[in-house]
Formats: sequence, structure tokens, C-alpha cells
Amino acid sequence: MAFLAMKAPMDRPLTLLGIESSCDDTAAAIVRGVPGQAHVLSSVVRGQGALHAPFGGVVPEIAARAHSEKLDVCVADALAEAGVSLSALNAVAVTAGPGLIGGVLSGVMFAKGIAVGTGLPLVGVNHLAGHALTPRLTDGIAYPYLVLLVSGGHCQYLIAHGPERFTRLGGTIDDAPGEAFDKAARLLGLPQPGGPAVEEAATQGDPGRFALPRPLLDRPKCDLSFSGLKTALLRQRDKLVVDGRLLRRDRDDLCAGFQRAVADILAEKTRRAIAAFRAAEPNGRVLSVAGGVAANREIRSSLRNVCDAEGISFTAPPLALCTDNAAMIAYAGLELRDAGISHDMTLAARPRWPLDTTADPLIGGGRKGAKA
Amino acid sequence: MPAPIHPLRDRAFYLPDAEATAALAARMAPYVGPGRVLLLVGDIGAGKSHFARALIHARSGPIDVPSPTYTLVQTYPDPEAEIWHADLYRLGDPDECLELGLTEAFETAFCMIEWPDRLGDLSPEGALTLTLEQEGEGRRGRFAWRNPDWDEVVDALGA
Repeated sequence: MAFLAMKAPMDRPLTLLGIESSCDDTAAAIVRGVPGQAHVLSSVVRGQGALHAPFGGVVPEIAARAHSEKLDVCVADALAEAGVSLSALNAVAVTAGPGLIGGVLSGVMFAKGIAVGTGLPLVGVNHLAGHALTPRLTDGIAYPYLVLLVSGGHCQYLIAHGPERFTRLGGTIDDAPGEAFDKAARLLGLPQPGGPAVEEAATQGDPGRFALPRPLLDRPKCDLSFSGLKTALLRQRDKLVVDGRLLRRDRDDLCAGFQRAVADILAEKTRRAIAAFRAAEPNGRVLSVAGGVAANREIRSSLRNVCDAEGISFTAPPLALCTDNAAMIAYAGLELRDAGISHDMTLAARPRWPLDTTADPLIGGGRKGAKA
Repeated sequence: MPAPIHPLRDRAFYLPDAEATAALAARMAPYVGPGRVLLLVGDIGAGKSHFARALIHARSGPIDVPSPTYTLVQTYPDPEAEIWHADLYRLGDPDECLELGLTEAFETAFCMIEWPDRLGDLSPEGALTLTLEQEGEGRRGRFAWRNPDWDEVVDALGA
């Protein structure tokens, strides 16, 4: 249940603690400022991705109790790094979904504990809104703007109208690009996480050698599909494997071809998303790309080229604020709090929580679908 | 009491394209029920998620069916039984399956499990296994099961 209270005066900066535990990592951060003009005082992330990389997959933290133990340390570290005490805070923001229920639940319970213990307001934040609002934290981008949220688990085009108001223009009907990179790496015997590994191999490869498909480019909307690309990569690989071995040269060419295909798909769909954005918001001027996949140099430069050609500004928050972090949750909480929003102890953890509940569903539909 | 041991039965078939896989999933949709577990076996790109997505769409109409690779489990409400779509690839230990609530779901939900080898000893005896392998432009499919309850289902699928 959300409370609408007296609106805090705009010029008074707010200091928020943010807590994030909806995915594989546990994080806490302190952010101070006003909407569109805020600073990250500290941002602590405790993951275990790097620890498990040698085993060929990033192992998630399933156990809620492990999240809880890490939350304790993360929050203490975030406060210490920021040089802020709990009494200096104005509110506690926490990811209330979507995500792995155990993780979300432990974060929400932890935040409730702090709120009860200190008397601070509690603000539940949508993890996706955290990503989508990051351009306002890092670059002070004004509403409305277009966001391409492109990460391991997500790929969608959103118009951000306000801290709680988003229009989804389209998204992936199957895999997200980050997942496609991870799976491409698995198929080609490269380490996880797949994004950097495939990008590195691609620098040595010829992107034109293999004709990989560009699914859904024949369809008018902004929906994307990457699953068929993965299947095409598998087929091509199997043609090249001799005695169970893939030559380095072939592997690099496959990586280059794969990366080029992903970049081309994103470029074309971004062009369409920009057109839809302009039709909805004639004064819209900015595309911001948020999410770990924006770190890929080829994808980044191809998106930048599309923006240049379309006469729209391109921004991408720094990588540390594109991957899962708590600063974005603290900042989104700051915007909500500034709008007078807080939640009571009935705040629930939500495994599913779409940003735009009115959007068309993301489905393939018809013969020319993802894998046709 | 140990469950009675039934002989392993199996049935192989060929799916010429992705539509054939989706059509098979749609024919399976009426058999969604509590305690039914479908183990989806196959390499990356074999069509496991494609099958699961098609079945969920056949049950629930046009809704988002995101990949469970990162979230591990996606659940969908259904009048017969909640539908669980899980991808266990990233799990390291069967204990984590317990933590996810999978063993409970095996009793109460309709489960579609990708990378079921991660279940180890937790793999339910009464499950139906669908194995998909790339063959030419299509997929070689194979159902395998021990629980006789699946006999009529597999027959009805016309696979």
C-alpha cells in the first residue's frame, strides 16, 4: 500500500539508502540530491560471478539467508564509505521486484527492519525502473526520454515519462542479448560471462564470413528475437567442428558474425523505436542505453550511429551503473520519495512486475516468428 | 513406501521445423495438471524453451514468456495447476533445487524443467522426459517415461 504524503520541497536534497538483491548480486548504496541532480555517495556490490566463472556459468545466489548475510555487510560498507549514519537518511529504498523471489524477499525484509528500527520511510522500487531512471542519475536527462534496457536478462524499449510512468514500445520475445552472448560463448567453448569473451574473440574475426539471420527484421514493430540466431550459430558451428574441435579462426569468425548480427538487429529496431518515440513525444530528444550489453563496443557504436543519423542524442550510463547495483534503486527511491510516495509494512516482494501493464504482449505469433 | 518400478517406455519422432515443435507443445497443453513434470533435455538451441513457450501460449493466450535462464524459474497462473518453467543450467547443487521450491512444485504444479540433470536424485520418477536433438533442418524428438499415466498422453499427442 502506497502513501501519498505532503510533497517535500524540491530544493531540499534527500539522502537515501538503496538495497538491491533481486538477481545474482547483493548491493547497497547511498545517493543524495534532488530529482535530475543527484550524486552517488557510495555503491557497494557483492557478487559471486567472478568466483564461479571458471565453472562455465555464473552461479546465482539462491539461498535467501546468504543474501541476508551479505546485505548486512553491504549496508554497513555503503554507510561507512559515504560517511553517513542511518540518522542522516531520509528514506530506505529497496527493490521489491521483479526477480528471484528469495533474493527480493530478503532485501524487502531487511529494508523493513531498518525502516521499523529507525522510523525512516520505506520505498519499494521496481528493479527495471531503477535501470530506466539511471540516465537521470548520471546525466540529468529530462523526461520524456527513450530507454533501451539491454542486459543479461532484459531487452526492452521504454519511454520514460516519469518515475512511475513508462510506455513499453517493444522488447525481446525470447532471449535477451546478454543471454544470447552467454549462450553463444557456451556453444563456442568460451568462458562466462559471454559478453566480454565473445567481443574479445570477435576482434580477431571476420564478421562477413558467415551469414547469420536477423530475426524479426521483416516485422514492423520494435519487438526483437535472438533465439533463432543462437540456433543458426549452433548449425554453423557443427559444420565447422572436426574431431570435436573448432579452429580458433572459425570460432573468431563466428563470434564476429554473431556480434554483428546482434548489433544490426538492435540498430534497426532502435531506428523504429526512435520513430515510435517521436510519434508519441514530439519533443523527445534523447536515447539512453542502460544495461551491461551497452558495454559492447560494436553495439555501442552502432547505436550511436543510428542516433546520429536520426538526430537524437545518445547517452549510456557508465558500466558500473548499468549492471545491477543499488545506486539506481536509491535514486529511483529518491524520485518516488520526492513525489511523496512511500510504502508501509505490507510492501510485497513481486517476482513479476511489468513497468507497463498496458503494453502488447511480447510474442512471436505466426509463421514468421522467432524460429520460423 | 518405495514407488513401484515400471519399465521405461519411449517413443521417437521427427519434428521437421519449429512450427512442428510448437504444434506438439500445443497438443500437450490440455494435459497440464498438478503433479505432472516434463523434463526438457537437449543442447542449447535444441528448442526446449521454444516448446515450453508454445505450451504456455496454448494455455494462457498471448502473454510474455521470458527466458528463465537468469531468473531460474518463471511461474504462470493456470486454472488446472500453476505452470512452472525452470532452467536449472546455472545451478551447481541439487540442494539449490530444494531452495527454489522445486520439489514442492513437483507435487502441486505442472513443471517444465530445462537442464534437469541438475536435479540429481531429486528428479521425479513419474516425470515425462522430452529429448530434442538437432537433425537436419529439424529436430529428432523422443519421449521417455515410466509412469503408465503418461501412456495415453503420449498416444494422444500422436508423436
